[in-house]
Amino acid sequence: MSVFTITDKAFDVKDFNLWYGDHHALKNINFPIRKKEVTAIIGPSGCGKSTFIKTLNLMINSIPGVKMSGEINYNGQNILNEKLDLVDLRKNVGMVFQKGNPFPQSIFDNIAYGPRIHGKKRKRDLEEIVIKSLMDVALWDEVKDRLNAPALGLSGGQQQRLCIARALATKPNVLLMDEPTSALDPISTLKIEEMILELKEKYTIVIVTHNMQQAARVSDKTAFFLMGELIELDETSKIFSQPSDERTEGYITGRFG
Amino acid sequence: MNTRSNFDSSLKQLKDMSLEMARLSEIAVKEAMDALIRQDLEKAKQVIEADNVIDELEFKIDDKATLMIATQSPVAKDLRKILVGLKISSEVERIADQAVNIAKSALHIGKEKHIKEIVDIPKMMDMALEMLNEALKAFYTEDAALARKCAEKDDAVDEMYGRLVQELLGYIPEKPSSTNQITQLSFVCRYIERIADHTTNIAENVIFLVTGKRYDLNT
Repeated sequence: MSVFTITDKAFDVKDFNLWYGDHHALKNINFPIRKKEVTAIIGPSGCGKSTFIKTLNLMINSIPGVKMSGEINYNGQNILNEKLDLVDLRKNVGMVFQKGNPFPQSIFDNIAYGPRIHGKKRKRDLEEIVIKSLMDVALWDEVKDRLNAPALGLSGGQQQRLCIARALATKPNVLLMDEPTSALDPISTLKIEEMILELKEKYTIVIVTHNMQQAARVSDKTAFFLMGELIELDETSKIFSQPSDERTEGYITGRFG
Repeated sequence: MNTRSNFDSSLKQLKDMSLEMARLSEIAVKEAMDALIRQDLEKAKQVIEADNVIDELEFKIDDKATLMIATQSPVAKDLRKILVGLKISSEVERIADQAVNIAKSALHIGKEKHIKEIVDIPKMMDMALEMLNEALKAFYTEDAALARKCAEKDDAVDEMYGRLVQELLGYIPEKPSSTNQITQLSFVCRYIERIADHTTNIAENVIFLVTGKRYDLNT
């Protein structure tokens, strides 16, 4: 695996292992994630990429029988060892899933939900956050006249952008995206990709994707996982032109996996 | 199961088309030289006319490569195979253009008696075509070492080019009435030297295909 200098890490994962019961799902992962970059994780189904992304905000804790060892350092703190406030961690490390999952509430309330939990009560503050978050995901123009309409009335692509806006509303540092466009049509997908390129100015983004061209288009670094191992992590341009490992080449050229 | 057998067979077809184009270009160069030596003007005209077959083959390669890029999203070595197929076909097309140039020189000289028997120029052509064959073999077998070895021979062709042109120009004071012929024969030397340069570019592309790194072997 090629080494590149990381001076400014959002996460620094060291010698990380994870087991589901007896199944060793992630093996000795060493994975620095640089701030304000987009890091894409690719690999065949079952390679551990979703498991890995779920460990970064300890969403994995909700799965029974999981054991972990090693370090996941976030802001200089090993989140596996420290007694930390999970709500606070997830405020800072937001997550977006495969399919938009708005709450059965209005567009406004969906976005205000997180800030309200974190103590923001003043209407003006909330309005400001809602507008800014919707603008960040380029949804504002489409919904500004119907903020009180039910979020479930939005299209699939709009719902997904709403969920990203909802994640941004708590002002996270990191945004984890687990196949955020796999359920979307091509135009909605491109809108999200454009948005990712805008968002990386302010946020660190980690995206799991099955769409290799998407990884190539939006990410700065790409990591290839295979059977629980991190096979290769490098500049995206390098991975898609001259990967170092032949298994990576086999996967990205569609010949196995 | 090979998940990309159709794509793999398209990549092979692209390579075969480039090689076929190269084979036709090599024939064109030899035929043009033969027309020059034998002063066979009919043959020279045929070489010029046949060039459009090679041009059309290049367009077909362009179209096929474009379609493959548009539909298959190639990356890494697959993408290099397509890019190199395009670049090599372009070099080969220019080699065929040199054959046309040689044929045109044969027409310019016409039936005028040669100032001397043409012996060294075909030898120089043989050197250039031997390089071409080696470069194509390197392309076919994806052999970067052979490509490098082939490119090293370019210096010998350059050296021979300089020597032959000097020799030809030396005949002008002696045979001023043959200046046109001498100039045309010097041009032919230049055309062959260009064939060796295009061949060196092919060798560079083979190295890029295999290693992913660029080399300038023309220095």
